[in-house]
Amino acid sequence: MIGNIHSIETLGTVDGPGIRYIVFTQGCLLRCQFCHNADTWEIGTGKQMSVSEIIDDLKTYLPFIDASGGGITVSGGEPLLQIPFLIELFKECKKVGIHTTIDSSGGCYSTNDHFQKQLEELLKYTDLILLDLKHIDREKHKKLTGLTNDHILTFARHLSDKRVPVWVRHVLVPGTTDATDDLEKLGKFIGTLKNVKKIEVLPYHKLGVYKWEALGLQYPLQDVEPPSEESVGRAYQLLTAEVQYI
Amino acid sequence: MVQTIVKDETLKEPWKGFTGGTWQKEINVRDFILKNFTQYNGNDEFLAVATPATKELWKQVMELTKKERDNGGVYDMDTEIVSTIISHGPGYLDQNKETIVGVQTDEPFKRSMQPFGGIRMAKAALESYGYELNKEVEKIFTDFRKTHNQGVFDAYTKEMLLARKAGIITGLPDAYGRGRIIGDYRRVALYGVDFLMAEKKKAHESTSKIMTEDTIRLREEISEQYRALNELKQLAESYGFDISKPATNAKEAFQWVYFAYLAAIKEQNGAAMSLGRVSTFLDIYVDRDIANGTLTEQEAQELVDHFVMKLRLVKFARTPDYNELFSGDPTWVTESIGGMSMDGRALVTKNSFRFLHTLDNLGPAPEPNLTVLWSTQLPEGFKKYCAKMSIKTSSIQYENDDIMRPEYGDDYGIACCVSAMEIGKQMQFFGARANLAKALLYAINGGVDEKLKIQVGPKFQPITSDVLDYNEVMESFDNMMEWLAGLYINTLNIIHYMHDKYSYERIEMALHDTEILRTMATGIAGLSVVADSLSAIKHAKVKVIRDENGLAVDFETEGDFPKYGNNDDRVDSIAVELVQNFMKKLKKHPTYRGSMHTMSILTITSNVVYGKKTGNTPDGRRAGEPFAPGANPMHGRDTKGTLASLSSVAKLPYEYALDGISNTFSIVPKALGKEEVAQITNLVAILDGYAAKTGHHLNVNVFNRETLLDAMEHPEEYPQLTIRVSGYAVNFIKLTREQQLDVINRTFHETM
Repeated sequence: MIGNIHSIETLGTVDGPGIRYIVFTQGCLLRCQFCHNADTWEIGTGKQMSVSEIIDDLKTYLPFIDASGGGITVSGGEPLLQIPFLIELFKECKKVGIHTTIDSSGGCYSTNDHFQKQLEELLKYTDLILLDLKHIDREKHKKLTGLTNDHILTFARHLSDKRVPVWVRHVLVPGTTDATDDLEKLGKFIGTLKNVKKIEVLPYHKLGVYKWEALGLQYPLQDVEPPSEESVGRAYQLLTAEVQYI
Repeated sequence: MVQTIVKDETLKEPWKGFTGGTWQKEINVRDFILKNFTQYNGNDEFLAVATPATKELWKQVMELTKKERDNGGVYDMDTEIVSTIISHGPGYLDQNKETIVGVQTDEPFKRSMQPFGGIRMAKAALESYGYELNKEVEKIFTDFRKTHNQGVFDAYTKEMLLARKAGIITGLPDAYGRGRIIGDYRRVALYGVDFLMAEKKKAHESTSKIMTEDTIRLREEISEQYRALNELKQLAESYGFDISKPATNAKEAFQWVYFAYLAAIKEQNGAAMSLGRVSTFLDIYVDRDIANGTLTEQEAQELVDHFVMKLRLVKFARTPDYNELFSGDPTWVTESIGGMSMDGRALVTKNSFRFLHTLDNLGPAPEPNLTVLWSTQLPEGFKKYCAKMSIKTSSIQYENDDIMRPEYGDDYGIACCVSAMEIGKQMQFFGARANLAKALLYAINGGVDEKLKIQVGPKFQPITSDVLDYNEVMESFDNMMEWLAGLYINTLNIIHYMHDKYSYERIEMALHDTEILRTMATGIAGLSVVADSLSAIKHAKVKVIRDENGLAVDFETEGDFPKYGNNDDRVDSIAVELVQNFMKKLKKHPTYRGSMHTMSILTITSNVVYGKKTGNTPDGRRAGEPFAPGANPMHGRDTKGTLASLSSVAKLPYEYALDGISNTFSIVPKALGKEEVAQITNLVAILDGYAAKTGHHLNVNVFNRETLLDAMEHPEEYPQLTIRVSGYAVNFIKLTREQQLDVINRTFHETM
């Protein structure tokens, strides 16, 4: 089984518990204005890597991963665009006893049977999902990412119904995703979920801007500066106001 | 979980309260430690803050440091008195506040004059800072008393001189003290000097009666050792202490150990003057005093702080040439902390914590070179404390006890950066390093130096094809390494013969057994450059660009190739074979005093100088650009992150590089994790993982690039900014600008 892979990072420390072997998949449906991996958008490109190639490589890092209580995180891009590959990959990980995580925005979630069947199979081998909720407001979500959030919120509820452990993540972009009432609404929504283990507010940063430039794209948030620590703290308060941690 | 040891009540002062053993009858510090130390499994909560006296003394040191910097790098230099163990009267920072006393000359920060290694260097060191050497001293050491340096150059062959000039062998200790010898300074505290002298007397009486050169030399050396021990007593007397008998309490134990070390640095300015492994030994004394109620935790910490403060004052007069090689005024007062005993106990005591805690009480500093002997079996509390202090200060290096213990037992220490040796039983002949990247260019150019454009190596057939063929290059390279290995060992034989003859380390060797193991510690530079170059030749198409004389001066590479540092066996195996191959070649050549061949992959900061002296290489490195330090991958070539890089280096076989494999890794704090707790857990996991993968040495730097850039512009605001550089730590602001840039340009492992 072959996946379209953008790159591998062997020391991931911010995408799940412990030290993570991170597979950045290639391809995404969203076009988030703050995206720091714009070079992973295009679907069908990247480097072709087989499951066994990744597993062989991953195994060499087990001394680090085991010592830290870490595992593998598949990020992107949007990993769920390549579910059959993920199923095979995670199946193999489980044979070796590796903790598995998906970092997804749910941008390609669908209620059609085919997708649902595949997802159900994948969730059998998935220990944790890092769920990016970009914006609670439908229109603002569309403006920010290019798509509305209906299916993403459905995805969140689906995971809640299935009691799949998630860490909810929200990128705080000053002037775009930090309005108090939006954060309150998002907090309320998160409060309805029954599978949340952790909530992370990710302060917007500009470290990925050079990638937009390299791709010849206009960076839409040129004048936006990272949020203050204080506003990150405030956002965290609002998002966790009604949370029921599992 | 404090382990209770049943104390032997039969022992009398000064050993009262200790558990007896063979250590009472013979010199055996290890036996004493194993019978008496108390493993500590807790955390850092017990530690005490700096006392007012400590703070005031340290303030004084910082003021002197500032004066030294304002004065262009030295505070004062001795131009008159040749430094020996007893050359100077006592000197103090503030006698009323110091609990541990003794400085190298008659005042702190004044650098001593040490001409036995070479009078020209002593003179050059003085002159480079605007001082003038006493004429009479100069005459004595020019006309009447030969020096090590002169002896070496009397014996060097033309070929050696040329190889040295071209920089295919460099950094040789032919113009500075070789160092890397650790006296067992603990013996003075445990036994007192009289007992040690008596033992040396016995050894002198029991040598062979057949007067071969070896026996004669041995007899002369033992006499020198005996004399040095006597002078050690006199040194202590000048400070009002009688160290002929064992130390009776913790304060004396620290002081006795320090006097022994002080005697060594008064008489030798070796590149690395390492301390050994004293903290757990000294903990036994601290523990006894605390149990007796004669010492508090705060007083114990004060002793450690003052002792360490003294180690931070160690200074030598160096020449500009030396500084270019080893930047930042290093002394390598390496102290090895932790590790496991052969019987499975962690040699971690409260003193292990107290020594690291000096980084809080006195602030971060490059010296002493705090080296944690890491084992995956160390207690969690200690592991976490190490990681915490690393993140906070970047002042600790780690070496894998799990791979060293089987080789060296459980009472070894690190000399300099990565050289393990059994304390008091083993010494090394430091051999700097051979430049393998240049050897590869010689292989292509038939022994002609690409920079000097003259024949330096043997006149082999140069490679004339337009595109380099891997097998052809390898065959030629193999021949060139064969030549280099022989020349290198023979050069070192001369150096160490002369060092023994003209600049013998008598007090350090007095604190060794009489029968010892000697190693011939060679080294290599340019490993990653050669590995990547050979990978390019093998996996891509490397075209040669030649000058008008047919000399290969540049390379053009078409296509991609695997690069060392990405955990890719296709190239990592080339690096591994290179290490094995060169070591095998070295072994073919007999060594001075039958020393055992060893090799290190370590450059310290000399990677910059080696790079300067080496032309364009097939890996794409431009002429003059620095090599990667030690065994590091070349910066910017690792694309899979830190662990891939560490995994590549961990593949290098320690059994072929028993003098150490140095790796430096720098990471921004947030790349270790979001919160401090996660950062500590992850750093511990990285160290555990690296140890489990049999990696040898790891320098850990945790800071932001911006901090370093700012420190370059505003050095006055960063007097204590410490960074780890290939095997040692330096004060960042003391590096040359060139080296500061090299450090900044090197891989900062950042992840998003």
